[in-house]
Amino acid sequence: MISHHLPALQVVVPLLAAPLCFLLGRYRRLGWILSTLVSWLCLLIALQLAYQVVDGGQIHYAFGGWAPPWGIEYRVDQLNALVLLIVSGIAAVMFPYSWNSIQNEVDPEQQPLFFTCMLLCLAGLLGITITGDAFNLFVLLEISSLSTYTLISLGRDRRALTASFQYLIMGTIGATFILIGVGILYMLTGTLNMADLSDRIGNIGESRALQAGFGFLIVGIGLKLAMFPLHLWLPNAYAFAPSVVSAFIAATATKVAVYVMVRYLFTIFGPEFSFSAMNIHWLFIPAGLIAVLFTSIVALFQRDIKRMLAYSSVAQIGYMLVGIGLVSTTGLTAALLHLFNHALMKGALFLSMGAVCYRLGNTLIDNMDGIGRQMPWTMGAFVAGGLSIIGVPLTVGFISKWYLILAALEQGWWPVAVIVLLGSLIAVIYVWRVVEAAYLHQRPDQAKTVKEAPASLLVPTWILVLANFYFGIDASFTVGFTSSAATTLFGAP
Amino acid sequence: MLTVTAIAVVRFRRLFTVVMLFGIYSLLSAMIFVVLDAVDVAFTEAAVGAGISTVLMLATLVTTGRHEKPSRRHPLLPLVVVTMTGAGLIWGTFDMPGFGNPEDPVHHHVADRYVSESPKEIGIPNMVTSVLASYRGYDTMGEVIVVFTALMGVLSLIGIRPQKKQPPAPPENRTTSRPRPVLQVMAILLIPFIILFALYVQFHGDYGPGGGFQAGVIFAAAIILYTLNFGLDDAMFLTPPKVVLRLSALGVLIYAGTGVISMLRGGNYLDYNVLSQDPLLGQHLGILVIELGVGITVAAVMIAIFFAFAGRTIKHPV
Repeated sequence: MISHHLPALQVVVPLLAAPLCFLLGRYRRLGWILSTLVSWLCLLIALQLAYQVVDGGQIHYAFGGWAPPWGIEYRVDQLNALVLLIVSGIAAVMFPYSWNSIQNEVDPEQQPLFFTCMLLCLAGLLGITITGDAFNLFVLLEISSLSTYTLISLGRDRRALTASFQYLIMGTIGATFILIGVGILYMLTGTLNMADLSDRIGNIGESRALQAGFGFLIVGIGLKLAMFPLHLWLPNAYAFAPSVVSAFIAATATKVAVYVMVRYLFTIFGPEFSFSAMNIHWLFIPAGLIAVLFTSIVALFQRDIKRMLAYSSVAQIGYMLVGIGLVSTTGLTAALLHLFNHALMKGALFLSMGAVCYRLGNTLIDNMDGIGRQMPWTMGAFVAGGLSIIGVPLTVGFISKWYLILAALEQGWWPVAVIVLLGSLIAVIYVWRVVEAAYLHQRPDQAKTVKEAPASLLVPTWILVLANFYFGIDASFTVGFTSSAATTLFGAP
Repeated sequence: MLTVTAIAVVRFRRLFTVVMLFGIYSLLSAMIFVVLDAVDVAFTEAAVGAGISTVLMLATLVTTGRHEKPSRRHPLLPLVVVTMTGAGLIWGTFDMPGFGNPEDPVHHHVADRYVSESPKEIGIPNMVTSVLASYRGYDTMGEVIVVFTALMGVLSLIGIRPQKKQPPAPPENRTTSRPRPVLQVMAILLIPFIILFALYVQFHGDYGPGGGFQAGVIFAAAIILYTLNFGLDDAMFLTPPKVVLRLSALGVLIYAGTGVISMLRGGNYLDYNVLSQDPLLGQHLGILVIELGVGITVAAVMIAIFFAFAGRTIKHPV
């Protein structure tokens, strides 16, 4: 009986846990234990769901017992099962990490709020991913966005408030655009269910209202996923948020937005409309390539490593856009692979920076001279994550870059492949800056000596690092899953 | 008139005027909604847009100041972006299905069933409530959680000023607050009726326009009126912030818990049919309970947000 309810439980469990966590109030540690358990439970559910759809099936769940399109439906296929796995997997690693990490970064009084918001954010992201209803997606997007703004504003630095406000304005504009887009779709079709929408959009034919709706949705989602040049909110938000929040949203929030983009382009509008009629790939490929080059170069000049990683994130999103824009099964596979892999590497990198922040109080590169010897495990994790970002063989970064280049060459677009390689070269430089500071510089005499970070921070970090290598060496699971999801997306009428 | 108000909002530098204009804007949109036959939406817009948000914005103004700083940035780029967006919208509308045309797809897909079957399936006359609370009940739950999340945001930013330990001194011992008998008597006369009206809207949502959202806002308005007239300390004694905060979480739990109960009784999440032997009775019961959850959360969140703002500004009745 319980297995039938799994899709609903995936979202309802963290949603229910959030007010409970709030009620626990000053029993902060209890709130943390509750949210950690919930995140593990979510991962178990996601694993179970992924196992059920591994052979290409679909799971449907009708809320309130009303058959879609009248009621709201949850629909799990391979594509969103993968994203559910990423989100809940990252959460399951982050929540145990969060306790020690926020002790230095968030006021004790606000820690119950922190866990409540993390749970709300997790529930929102999972809900966006799993839902089969366009309006329900918007509602959950609001939950996750509002809780993210709150989480960012919890950072100790005063600039966190400005960053959060900037994100709030941009995010709200994005959400409004999405709402207008969904409204236009509803006007044209009279339905909000995604599957039903895609059936009916096919019958509309040439319609300017449909094209306007498409445009609004693309811009709205583009703001959410920090598509170049709509990424300006992202670096500040990631730099000033508490470390664990940066890690969590860097590894999940933009990934979920990319998923939403794929879902709209392929499932709702269909590849026919998106690419043949609207030629959206002529927007995605240039935007993606400029993002790869431009933001990677900007990343070179950052003094704050968290900010550097944030710019690198925008570049990585560029790779995903290029992958989508190549309009081929291989390209889409590469984009989805990178979605999964980037979550692992950015998660590991941000978590190692969280450990640095725990000991040093900030993540400025000037303060990191010589800490490689004092915090070997932490910096080891950073180097491993850095290798993965660069795309060295045996790491996940290599797998996704490999498929991306393969897809570009398949289309005969070798300049795209060259730019992808160039992006990797720039990544070598910015990772090297940190390595140089941490290992080759002497620790200045007047600087305080630092100890290795506690195990509660190191273990989660290294779990992600090992995942980087595991999925880098044996990519059969990820490649199998993503390529079969990509084939289904292109196969759908 | 909407356009004129909107332009006025942008042009005025006196923020106090701007807030008032926002209120007018909301009332005007509420009127448009009434003309479009969307009474429930109009009700919400009037209560939230013109009522609560105006009060909250005024509370903010007390802390910040009344005048906008002149912007130094060049407004050309934003202007271009806004114009393009507007042009895109208008361009899109040329192909829109005609307004009010009964053949439109909007009226003929899911709406058909809502209109023809909902009295049979759910058994209440107000179709808007059936759609909100049952067919798309999960979305409404999401909205309640959005409201709850907003409270989290406000708390993280400003928090509620801690309550004094002992109950506030009786009025005659006070020296600081100026007595304003007319306003206070008026408030005392009005508040019971406001609360009564809130309860009516809450429980009558099945039959007429209304429901938990509107009722919660109206209820909160009663408390806010009390606060404005008798001071924050008295109000916090009447509705202690701790209790209010717990209630806001409780409302969400009532709503989400209803779903869990229907799961335990063998239905899908938020399937009210299984709540009772008779499906129609189950629907009634379910809608009543979740609307109660909505009302509690909305009222509690509004009061808490007002306390948070007021704690920064209103030391004594102004």
